[in-house]
Amino acid sequence: MSDTTDTGPVLAADGTPLKRSLNRALRRQKLRALGLIAPLLIFVLVTFIAPIADMLFRSVENQIVSNTLPGTVQQLESWDSTSGEAPGEAVYEALYYDMFLASEAKEHTRLGTRLNYEETGVSSLFRSSGRSVDDIGEDYIDALEDLNEVWEDESFWYTLMSGGEDAAKNRGLLEEERDRLASLTSDNFGGNIGFVPGQEISDLLPNTARAYTSFALFTVVADEDVVAEEEPWEAVKIALVQDLKRGVDLSGYSGFGADELRAAQDMLAEQPDIAFKEAFLEMDEDWAATDNWRTIQVYSPPFTTGYFLNAIDMQKGVDGPEARPENQQIYIMLFKRTLFMSLVITGSCILLAYPVAYLLSNLPMRTANLLMILVLLPFWTSLLVRTSAWKVMLQQQGVINDTLVWLGLVDDAGRLIMINNQFGTIVAMTHILLPFMILPMYSVMSTIPPSYVRAARSLGATNWTSFWRVYFPQSVPGIGAGSILVFILAIGYYITPEIVGGTTGTFISNRIAYHISSSLNWGLAAALGSILLAAVLILYWAYDKIVGIDNVKLG
Amino acid sequence: MKLTKTLMASTALTVAAVSAHAEDMANSMTLVSWGGAYQKSQVNAYTNPYQEMNEGLEVVWDESSAEAVAKLRAMDEAGNVTWDVVDVVAADALRLCDEGLAMEIDPDEHLAPAPDGTSAEDDFGDLLVGDCFIPQIVYSTTFGYRTDMVPEGAEAPSDICSVFDTETYPGKRSLEKRPINNMEWALLCDGVAKDEVYDVLATEEGQQQALDKLDTIKDDVIWWSAGADTPQLLADGEVFMGSTYNGRLFSVIEEQDQPVAMMWDAQVFDLDGWIIPANLPEDRLARALDFIYFATDTQRLADQAKWISYGPARASSAPLVGQHAELGIDMAPHMPTDPENAKNTFLYNYEFWADYRDDIDAKFQAWLAQ
Amino acid sequence: MAESANRDAFVEFERVQKSYDGETLVVKDLNLSMPKGEFLTMLGPSGSGKTTCLMMLAGFETATHGKIMLDGVSINNIPPHKRGIGMVFQNYALFPHMTVAENLSFPLEVRKIGKSDREAKVKRALDMVQMGDFGGRRPAQLSGGQQQRVALARALVFEPELVLMDEPLGALDKQLREHMQFEITNLAHDLGITTVYVTHDQTEALTMSDRVAVFDDGRIQQLAPPDELYESPENSFVAQFIGENNTLEGTIKEINNGLALVELDDGELIDAKPVNVSKPGERTTISIRPERVEVDTAKLGENAHTLKAEVAEFIYMGDVFRTRLKVAGKDDFIIKTRNSADQQRLQPGQQVEIGWLPQDCRALDAV
Repeated sequence: MSDTTDTGPVLAADGTPLKRSLNRALRRQKLRALGLIAPLLIFVLVTFIAPIADMLFRSVENQIVSNTLPGTVQQLESWDSTSGEAPGEAVYEALYYDMFLASEAKEHTRLGTRLNYEETGVSSLFRSSGRSVDDIGEDYIDALEDLNEVWEDESFWYTLMSGGEDAAKNRGLLEEERDRLASLTSDNFGGNIGFVPGQEISDLLPNTARAYTSFALFTVVADEDVVAEEEPWEAVKIALVQDLKRGVDLSGYSGFGADELRAAQDMLAEQPDIAFKEAFLEMDEDWAATDNWRTIQVYSPPFTTGYFLNAIDMQKGVDGPEARPENQQIYIMLFKRTLFMSLVITGSCILLAYPVAYLLSNLPMRTANLLMILVLLPFWTSLLVRTSAWKVMLQQQGVINDTLVWLGLVDDAGRLIMINNQFGTIVAMTHILLPFMILPMYSVMSTIPPSYVRAARSLGATNWTSFWRVYFPQSVPGIGAGSILVFILAIGYYITPEIVGGTTGTFISNRIAYHISSSLNWGLAAALGSILLAAVLILYWAYDKIVGIDNVKLG
Repeated sequence: MKLTKTLMASTALTVAAVSAHAEDMANSMTLVSWGGAYQKSQVNAYTNPYQEMNEGLEVVWDESSAEAVAKLRAMDEAGNVTWDVVDVVAADALRLCDEGLAMEIDPDEHLAPAPDGTSAEDDFGDLLVGDCFIPQIVYSTTFGYRTDMVPEGAEAPSDICSVFDTETYPGKRSLEKRPINNMEWALLCDGVAKDEVYDVLATEEGQQQALDKLDTIKDDVIWWSAGADTPQLLADGEVFMGSTYNGRLFSVIEEQDQPVAMMWDAQVFDLDGWIIPANLPEDRLARALDFIYFATDTQRLADQAKWISYGPARASSAPLVGQHAELGIDMAPHMPTDPENAKNTFLYNYEFWADYRDDIDAKFQAWLAQ
Repeated sequence: MAESANRDAFVEFERVQKSYDGETLVVKDLNLSMPKGEFLTMLGPSGSGKTTCLMMLAGFETATHGKIMLDGVSINNIPPHKRGIGMVFQNYALFPHMTVAENLSFPLEVRKIGKSDREAKVKRALDMVQMGDFGGRRPAQLSGGQQQRVALARALVFEPELVLMDEPLGALDKQLREHMQFEITNLAHDLGITTVYVTHDQTEALTMSDRVAVFDDGRIQQLAPPDELYESPENSFVAQFIGENNTLEGTIKEINNGLALVELDDGELIDAKPVNVSKPGERTTISIRPERVEVDTAKLGENAHTLKAEVAEFIYMGDVFRTRLKVAGKDDFIIKTRNSADQQRLQPGQQVEIGWLPQDCRALDAV
């Protein structure tokens, strides 16, 4: 087409460039084709890609700490975890506000569970602290309320904090607290709540305004009450105490409640400071443990490598990642075992399936079909039934041992242990996965015409040579396809190893299942799953490099 | 809007509990349980009479209690909780409560008082573990042994430490493939006093001590993960003794007539009961609460014991326990709470295991895999 | 087996029978003997037993009864790889996972021939089929004709004395097929190898072979050089199967001086050469080749036999005209005439007189 390129783009009959009109003609076709596969595409995306993406995300996601304890995390930044001393008063004060709100929203136990994966005991620490956090500083609140009853009055509080109807409003603070609550509870805190903090009062009493705003949001959105009709939380009052004791200058304030505030400040000036740290330690002495604080500090970023480290028997130490104590190391060993056993299972499947598939593909159709039904029969039986059947076969009082004893091959005391170990797992899984090896092998073998072997024989090759040099290489794609299938299925199996694996025959998947369904440590499960996925992809890539993926066919 | 719904719902339920009109309640209810004989006992004792009272009510059973926590969490994340009442062990109820997945229960408001007027709170007593759990039965994890495999000249085992005594009692044992209970038994048999077990187990040394004790019988143990394993292993003569739930052993002994006997020593009490998932829609919540009110009253709990050998969780139900509905034998002596059986018992420590579960499990699994 | 009939026979089938199911015979009492260097074609419709014979010779099927001899030695119990027979398969059976050179090298390798020797032989064989440049290719990268050449080269590379070919040209288009027919015969003759060639294509059989064995119903119907087969078919199957043929049914009246008098079914009397008829009263099929029928009966001379006919159809075929006639009550009588300058084109409906020489008209067994 050199002559056309010389003279510019080829034009269609109507003068538009040919390329464009071709594209236009094809676009319709493409759209229609896309429409046809759309249901499948959406199905695959929703049921396959999305869960994998979710899994990968979960394995590093760790926003719960900073969402639940935002103030504490901020204050904790400056704490030196190697100092050997618990953090200072400011951290405990921040913890008080965070914990108060979290326990109102019932999110503190969830965080406790999360952190308990890293540091034993945090779970009950958070649970019990959430229960008694509202007792902190109750003497101050009593004193405040004894001083003046207005501090128990919900409408007084409302007017004080909103600064009256005409006052300038601090919308920024409201929005800030909306976001904070939304990230804490993952609920939507949008909408008009009938309260906006006053600008003047929030400049004057920043902590109080902040605490009252969260209280207001929570009251309206979560409790569905009216702010002006509810008495504020203890935390709001404690915040007021703290603001006043910090020596805020009320002399310039002439708005609503100025006198009450001054009186309160005067009264509080005589009182000692609130000892948050002491209060927390009294509640549970574990709040003094630097290990707990270090865990909170280490796991405060929104994303963490902690789960992945955990999944390879490491942990976040003071000086970066370090190996876990030896008596807790298990995952690397399980990964190795899983790979090793999957390879053994794949290997034994190849050995058993090859002759069967060969026989199937060389028998007359009728006989082959009958045999094929026998091959597929296990598919029609429940996995549990099949696995349990192996139990009956292999156990010490089982069929095989009984037969061996009867034959006199082993004596009654020396019955073989063939189940609840690796052997049992390999036997049962080989049996279960065998059809996945036979079927691709069979479909490849049945496409190899008998004339190849005949040709080889006529060319002077013995039976063995013609099999090995001519037949076998052509059946390799079937072995490849079957092996990939079996290996990938085996690597993720957990029911069979759980039932017949005992302690030495369990797979990494059993731990993943445990973390999904029992310990609820989904992050760790996701990290383990991601590593498994990566391992499979690497092996797949290696297979492609060594054997060539185009050398795989299912028929 | 989880919180909103909870609170909306709790207002609604106050109304519902007082004036329970069928038209406010859903016509279908999904119950989650464990399947098998246990679920059958619930059908007989609870849902059959309840359905007779509520015509047109459809009850759907889901045998997912073993994975209830994970499934409920997944349902909650997906925003579509399809379960109405879920049967879980107390430890799981505690976790569901911690996760905010179960509704908080006020016993005196949501549960029926005893016939003599005792409040539900007092009737259930200590068994009200956590804020969300509605106790149903007391079960125990204990040992059964093959009577025909007791060595000649040896007495039938009656002490928990015979589990660790492979010289007197050779043969395999089956133990659950998790640290809970096994660690406690190991310490008990390693000379730790009963009331110090959890203090010891809270220390690194104590955990190692328990594992070391277990190590002495490691080669003789078949580890089970399903409740049906030990009964099968005992029935097949694969093991000499094994731990499992007492109800499972009851059925091996009394229903299947196997040469198996109970060894109640140091049985570990645990609780099983209901929770209601958080944030149910109003009509389904009303139905769930109505059912719970009915199904946990004194008579109903006592009725369940006709079908399975687990003790009713109410003090007031105990005197009402009668005979097995099919075998016609007295059930009281088969209850874990029977004084004869409960001479030496151990109460599962929920708080302890909530904290130490992850840590000790990691060590236990690493030890197992060695 | 010195006592067996033919001393210079290279390949010999002796009363060979073959049955697969124990009920029917696929090959019935086959006797065949071919000398060294001969190119013999087994021709027949499918199911006639020709391929089975080939497979028995190659060793992939065993004879149920009888003896197969190669160079005077019974090979009944010799496995195929020890028979040293080259074979070209219908679909070539080139090993797809090997290159062309590896394919050719394979029979040499299994014969433990040294590497340098092997390479030389492979090169020579490839050059012989003009495929010298394709040694590194895979079979899938070759065209059908090229694959055919490679298959041929592979069958010849280890210098077998006997080569079997099982419909090797079946998958090729017409032009290529004709070209390959020519090449194969040339090669076979140049190398002096004995060839057994199986085909169902009679043109192929006629053009390539020294002798053709026509198979039908498990028997050799006629074994003869191509011209003899065509000119003098021994029975009506062969006559029908080989080339185009006009048949007329009738009854023998008398046989005299090597000429049979046949009364056709419409009462007409004609002379024919008796081939496998013996006595008067027998039913017979008269066979006349279309190209031996003349319209211009004057050309034929005295003792030609003439018949009246009516033109039913005239077909123009380029080099020849094909005319369908109604003769003796049948309307499928075909004549072929060369498209020569003076040849007239017959019109349908036209009444003509046709004729032929008695020796071209053969009285065969009745069908």
